[in-house]
Amino acid sequence: MEITTKQFKSCDMVVVNGRVDSSTAPQLAEALENVTRSGRYKIVMDMNGLEYMSSAGFRALLSSQRLCRRYNRGEIVLASVPARIQEALELAGFTELFKTYANPIDAVGNF
Amino acid sequence: MSKTTFDANFDNLDEIRELVGDAARQVGFSDKEIYAIQLAADEASSNIIEHAYAGVKGGKLEIDLIISDKELKIMMRDHGKSFDPSSVPEPNVKADLSERKIGGLGMYLMRKLMDEVSYESSPETGNLLTMIKRIGDSG
Repeated sequence: MEITTKQFKSCDMVVVNGRVDSSTAPQLAEALENVTRSGRYKIVMDMNGLEYMSSAGFRALLSSQRLCRRYNRGEIVLASVPARIQEALELAGFTELFKTYANPIDAVGNF
Repeated sequence: MSKTTFDANFDNLDEIRELVGDAARQVGFSDKEIYAIQLAADEASSNIIEHAYAGVKGGKLEIDLIISDKELKIMMRDHGKSFDPSSVPEPNVKADLSERKIGGLGMYLMRKLMDEVSYESSPETGNLLTMIKRIGDSG
């Protein structure tokens, strides 16, 4: 798994590539914490290059979403979610908790 | 039928998914089904590593894959702590963000993604989790 973070004026973008499982989810959680620790709570997660995500990744997203939505100060939104991952997110009921966008540009436009 | 033993370590999840994916491909499942089977196997393995072997070093995870022309049977054996699957409450996947529980999601996904999930435990032979996916069944 590879993660890069880009900072925009209105939000931060976290680009996740590869596979997120119990082994790599802590790195994803850490990348999200690095953003929120700096007081930034509007995050776009670009999943275009994501091949796989287990519930370990879902949990990292969930705890970060709680932190971001607190006091209405922001949220995590998802962009370019691959079909298989979208299906798993739906099964877990996570699509109710995250706005999803077809591409990162539309997602950035949300903020 | 093939049997492989892994060290109970998250670093082996990639290899476990690959092994299970190859078997699912041999049975003739679609790419969507293969992903679902790999996800279920990952969730099961992760639970064993995280809970059955919580804090224990040197634990082993044995995986038997039984392939037929219409189904894949995955058997996972461990010698860690046993648990009662009925004690794992089903997560409320419709709950609000603030009420959403973090635990139990792995087991929930396994049950949704596979056609059959069963668990048995004995002091002699350890814990055995069996999951079956059939061609053409939804789930």
